[in-house]
Amino acid sequence: MNETGVKNNGLGREIVTLLRKNVRNYAMYIALAVIFIVFQLISKGSFLTARNITNLINQTGYIAVMAVGMTLVLIICQIDLSVGYVAGFLGACAARLMLVGLPIWLVIVLVLFFGAAIGFLQGMIIGKLGVPAFVTTLACEFAFRGLLTLITESTGTIPVTNEAFTALSNGFLPAVVTIGGMHGLTLIIGALAILIVIASRIRKRKELKQYEFETVSLPIFIAQLVFFAALIGVLTYVLAAYNGLSWTILIVVLVTGAYSFVMNRTRIGRYVYGMGGNLEAASLSGVNVKKVLVGTFVSMGVMAALGGILYTARLSSATPTAGNGFELDAIASGYIAGVSTTGGIGSVINSVVGAFVIMSLTNGLNLIGVGVSYQYVIKGVIFIAAVALDVRSRGKKAIG
Amino acid sequence: MSDIILEMRNISKSFPGVKALKNVNFSVRRGEIHCLVGENGAGKSTLMKVLSGIYKHGSYEGDIVYNGNVMEFRSIKDSEHQGIAIINQELALIPELTVAENIFFGHERMKNSLIDWNETMVQAKEYLSKVRLDINPRTKIRDLRVGKQQLVEIAKALSKNAKLMILDEPTSSLNEEDSANLLQLLRELKEQDVTIIMISHRLMEVVAIADTVTVLRDGSTICSINTDEREITEGEIIKHMVGREMDHIYPKRESHDIGDVCFEVKNWSVYDTKLGREIIHDLNLEVRKGEIVGLAGLMGAGRTEFALSIFGNTPGYQITSGQILMNGNPVRFKTPNDAIEAGVAYATEDRKRNGLVMIQDVRFNTTFANLKSLVSHHVINQNEEIIQTEKLRKDINIKTPSIQQTVMNLSGGNQQKVVLAKWIFANPNLMILDEPTRGIDVGAKYEIYTLMNEMVRQGMSIIMISSELLEILGMSDRIFVMCEGKITGELQAGEATEQSIMRLATNMEDKGSHE
Repeated sequence: MNETGVKNNGLGREIVTLLRKNVRNYAMYIALAVIFIVFQLISKGSFLTARNITNLINQTGYIAVMAVGMTLVLIICQIDLSVGYVAGFLGACAARLMLVGLPIWLVIVLVLFFGAAIGFLQGMIIGKLGVPAFVTTLACEFAFRGLLTLITESTGTIPVTNEAFTALSNGFLPAVVTIGGMHGLTLIIGALAILIVIASRIRKRKELKQYEFETVSLPIFIAQLVFFAALIGVLTYVLAAYNGLSWTILIVVLVTGAYSFVMNRTRIGRYVYGMGGNLEAASLSGVNVKKVLVGTFVSMGVMAALGGILYTARLSSATPTAGNGFELDAIASGYIAGVSTTGGIGSVINSVVGAFVIMSLTNGLNLIGVGVSYQYVIKGVIFIAAVALDVRSRGKKAIG
Repeated sequence: MSDIILEMRNISKSFPGVKALKNVNFSVRRGEIHCLVGENGAGKSTLMKVLSGIYKHGSYEGDIVYNGNVMEFRSIKDSEHQGIAIINQELALIPELTVAENIFFGHERMKNSLIDWNETMVQAKEYLSKVRLDINPRTKIRDLRVGKQQLVEIAKALSKNAKLMILDEPTSSLNEEDSANLLQLLRELKEQDVTIIMISHRLMEVVAIADTVTVLRDGSTICSINTDEREITEGEIIKHMVGREMDHIYPKRESHDIGDVCFEVKNWSVYDTKLGREIIHDLNLEVRKGEIVGLAGLMGAGRTEFALSIFGNTPGYQITSGQILMNGNPVRFKTPNDAIEAGVAYATEDRKRNGLVMIQDVRFNTTFANLKSLVSHHVINQNEEIIQTEKLRKDINIKTPSIQQTVMNLSGGNQQKVVLAKWIFANPNLMILDEPTRGIDVGAKYEIYTLMNEMVRQGMSIIMISSELLEILGMSDRIFVMCEGKITGELQAGEATEQSIMRLATNMEDKGSHE
């Protein structure tokens, strides 16, 4: 009796310390849960339906990939205000090239390459000429807004009829088999994902133990595993019951996975974090900081291009106003997800969840019929609240 | 004269991981010059920050009794209001504003809610004459040299009606003439009933000017000596400051072989495009294998600039002449990466500003300068990284709960050890250490000295830049002294003394020959 009491106490204390340490991460998930519950209640159950969740994920895709690119830019203490209209312009380029009749793969490669070139140019202006990123990208925002108008001027909205192209944001993976009336491939991928997550976390824990690093206690570890498995499981079930996995989900997962790997396991990732944490120290440790800066903007350009393609595919057309405000959604995704406003800290996976938070809000507000003007105000307030919370929780950490 | 203006009673102040002040008692008589001495990190500046309200009431324990009343300063404004002015080592003047604007910054001379420029200029002139500075009050601060800027700071303090003036190392960046000038001014101020607390490392000055000398060591008051009652010598102050004999501060070095010259700098001149002048003039220096070469000099002698210029970190620096030879072969480092690859490491003087990534952990920082050695197929081998970092942590005794600890949360001494770990991991042949023990406690210093001895025993060479004469004397095999961008002398370990180094560092010989 007494012994279990002590044990419970220890567990309780551990939970409290974990919560306190990760208050920033949990805050985002709590926010997401609150958004889900509130909209589910207000919309009388139409928010959490398979159809709407699928819709929500497909809607988030273009912001999610731009948030990934933006995370790196924010980590190195820079900013990119131009991604909105760069994405809009490149999306229009894609539509134009499709209209000319180029094959879809070539269009995608070309547009991604344009994005890289734009990022390279911005990186060179910032790194070599020394014009601050704020000014450079603000200027580019203007320029690309102009170019977008030019390219759509003669035709107005450019329609895209190629089904393979529009499937990028509206289509689903083939079912291959049907299991119990549900999308078979989705169920299989979901099951695999659960297995991979469990296996990799167990391996990680073993390694941490081996080097006598701090690990969470077994009950909490199991609770975490169950939580992740359940999350993926529920999501898989919901999607499989509807149309299955969309191509957008696949693209976002691949992009996020690749970036996460680079940021955590390669030298480039270390250099990005190190440069954001202390530019001078990184430079004196042999990091070519200008190269890293240019590289980061190239990656941002490519992600803006991908975002533009996804958005154009989603609307099945390129419009003269496409891209308006994307940059703020991408930046807000990063900050809401705990990227430090002073640089050096951030995670691409969290930023994708951050994008999901923002789009859930947009989706939910649309669903319950709140007008766009109110939506902007609400988003603005939430954005400031998130960053204020971030600054405060970090301030405490620095002193304690 | 025995009237007490200030008494600080049982002052204690802690920072995370460090107890900076332990029950310090400090009492100052009205109208005296009171010198506060102690090694770096002894707690002098902390004590003065407590006094001036920078560390506000409640963040420390103990009482401040000023003019007989207990004070509870919540900010520097509160203490200024009571006539206490602090002049920091880093001057708080605004370079782009004029002398007059700076003097009255924050308490402008007003007429009808507008600044009264006539009155400002007239009064500025008055205060400038009090500090015997004959300049136009419309001169911009950045056009004055440091010695004169210091006087402007004092004029500013006087304009606020300061009765107790605290000067934190006022002469450390001044040349001999400006220093003498300043000390004379302090004596005059004393005659006008201004009480002065001066922190100084220049013991010769202390002996010359002090009415009372208080020595702090490791956050405690060691002694307070009234020079009216008895004479005090530099030797006695040093003994109180360090609290132990020299051989106990510097570990005994087992004799080891010093090899051939492995690193040579010839006729090195550097032009700084930002300052628009040459900052290093025709500098020659050589280092042998397994040798610790001390590079001594006063603040601003150009030692850090020299190190940065050879390390390849040269934004704004132009190498106008000279060459570097490594083992007899000419080399030139365009970037720090070139230097690191060639086997040169440079540990900066300010670990917070440009040494460590403070928000990252011990492991991240330790391997940051040599990730190349951990990479296969572009992927960092994290297991190997942990093993290597753990090994270094044990070897150099970094006290941290784990290598996952953020370096921001380590003490200064342990942060410095992480800096060393990082550069040892880069496996250099020549290590340039810039102020390797600045701001860390005596125990950690001893460990770092031991580590340096171990490094040279294994055949590494070290250039140690240090402003602490005792450290230079205690650790170097050979000593170069710099002054104003030039090498003013080379001394063997045996023949060097504090005085001989100081003479070269202030270039007294040179001046003598001119006059």
